[in-house]
Amino acid sequence: MTATFMHPLTGFIEKTFVITEFELRKLRHDFTELITRALQPALWLLIFGQVFARSGAMHTGSIPYLDFIAPGILAQSVLFVAIFYGINVIWERDLGIVQKFLASPTPRAALVLGKGFSAGIRTLSQGVIVYSLSLLLGVKLNWSPLALFNVLIIVILAATLFSTFSLVIACIVKTRERFMGVGQVLTMPLFFASNAIYPTDIMPGWLKMISHLNPLTYVVDALRTCMLAGSTSPFGLSLDYAVILVTTAVLVSVGARLYPRLAT
Amino acid sequence: MGDVVLEIENLTRRFGAFAAVEALTLSVNAGEVFGLLGSNGAGKTTTIKMLTTLLPPTSGDALVAGFSIITQAIGVRRAIGYVPQGISVDGSLTGYENLLIFAKLYDLPHREQQARIAEALDFMNLTADAKRLVGEYSGGMVRRLEIAQSTLHRPKVLFLDEPTVGLDPIARDAVWKHLIDMRANYGTTLFFTTHYLEEAESHCDRIAIMHLGKLDALGTCKELEASLGPRHTLNDVFVHYAGSALDFGNNFRAVSAERATAQRLG
Repeated sequence: MTATFMHPLTGFIEKTFVITEFELRKLRHDFTELITRALQPALWLLIFGQVFARSGAMHTGSIPYLDFIAPGILAQSVLFVAIFYGINVIWERDLGIVQKFLASPTPRAALVLGKGFSAGIRTLSQGVIVYSLSLLLGVKLNWSPLALFNVLIIVILAATLFSTFSLVIACIVKTRERFMGVGQVLTMPLFFASNAIYPTDIMPGWLKMISHLNPLTYVVDALRTCMLAGSTSPFGLSLDYAVILVTTAVLVSVGARLYPRLAT
Repeated sequence: MGDVVLEIENLTRRFGAFAAVEALTLSVNAGEVFGLLGSNGAGKTTTIKMLTTLLPPTSGDALVAGFSIITQAIGVRRAIGYVPQGISVDGSLTGYENLLIFAKLYDLPHREQQARIAEALDFMNLTADAKRLVGEYSGGMVRRLEIAQSTLHRPKVLFLDEPTVGLDPIARDAVWKHLIDMRANYGTTLFFTTHYLEEAESHCDRIAIMHLGKLDALGTCKELEASLGPRHTLNDVFVHYAGSALDFGNNFRAVSAERATAQRLG
């Protein structure tokens, strides 16, 4: 064997990017999913958003309702795409691909995080869709390079977070049928118990409390702060980033623990 | 045959009260072609999963290329190649990409990667199809690519779980020709499970027959046939040890996975 040995951390980072690279290569061979995914945010913004904006039922302070929900819909579509990502590993398990990767010396955490990052980069297309629709609807966007860079990073991290959550569920339930059931049960509560389409101020106390434990709330807050011109964050961008990063780190380490269960 | 490359001692795996593998003890020499036979549910796949570090044993241990599967799993993983029963290459990548990812995951030196991949493709007769998506490959090509993928890093031991299931006789022969060539060129030890007795008979240096989790017989084909008296075939040996209960004990998931593999490959 002519293997070169390297520092564990270097090895971990390198392997993570190898996994990400090959997940993205798959996308290059077949990008139809990027197009079909564009539909959902379009429906939410063009139909739900416009109707509610006209009704004037939601009080969103100084920000018009359409501006308010544009970042919410971006966060939602990131969540909806990422939360079903775990089905891929169940599919790979049924074939035998997971087993082969687990029998290789690749660190488990690199397998998990690499897949998460690839979900993150795949989801960037949702950002393009939501920005295009927002332009069309006259949402006042913040075009400063720093703001755009932040949105890019937040989308990648949020998709990494929720796709890793999805992978953890997949490792526990192991079958496609059960996974789809659990996925359906989780998405709507995560979405509704967040500040995506209405401010938390109008929520009843108990729901408001839950929403503050929901990582999606912090994703939405961060996106709203960076995407909209003249918007300020109720939580502060550093708290948003801290919640997102810590949750992701915890989920990746849980995922790395559970991933080998797929091979048994 | 020289050094021992695989030493299994009292390896046991229980699922609840059920012992899938019980006190398995055997050793395999470097460069040997070793076949593990048994009916469905005999414990063959469980054994391979333990030896490839995918499943922790309940008790016992095994040394693979000198590394303990319990305490030195990373060492074991670097020293082995594994071709699982299902399809382990990715249909949405090209043949070349499937090899490249493993070259990177096994830390092959950067300047050697391309040469190694080209050699593996050439060796497995896949050079012309390297840039095609694996989803378009035939069953025999998929298996050859899987073997190429799991041997890029020149493993000391290659584990194959039912390597020819679902292949037609011509593709099966081609796979075996490549495996035997590989042993000749690189001295790779081959440890495989199979249902096909004729395969074991024509390719194995030694075979082991497992039944209900236990090792029932071990030796060369000739030795095992002779052990039953004159004029016995390997088939007689198999029936003698494994009974006629060919389908005993396999669960729904295993059967459906096997059929799905056969369908996709065939």
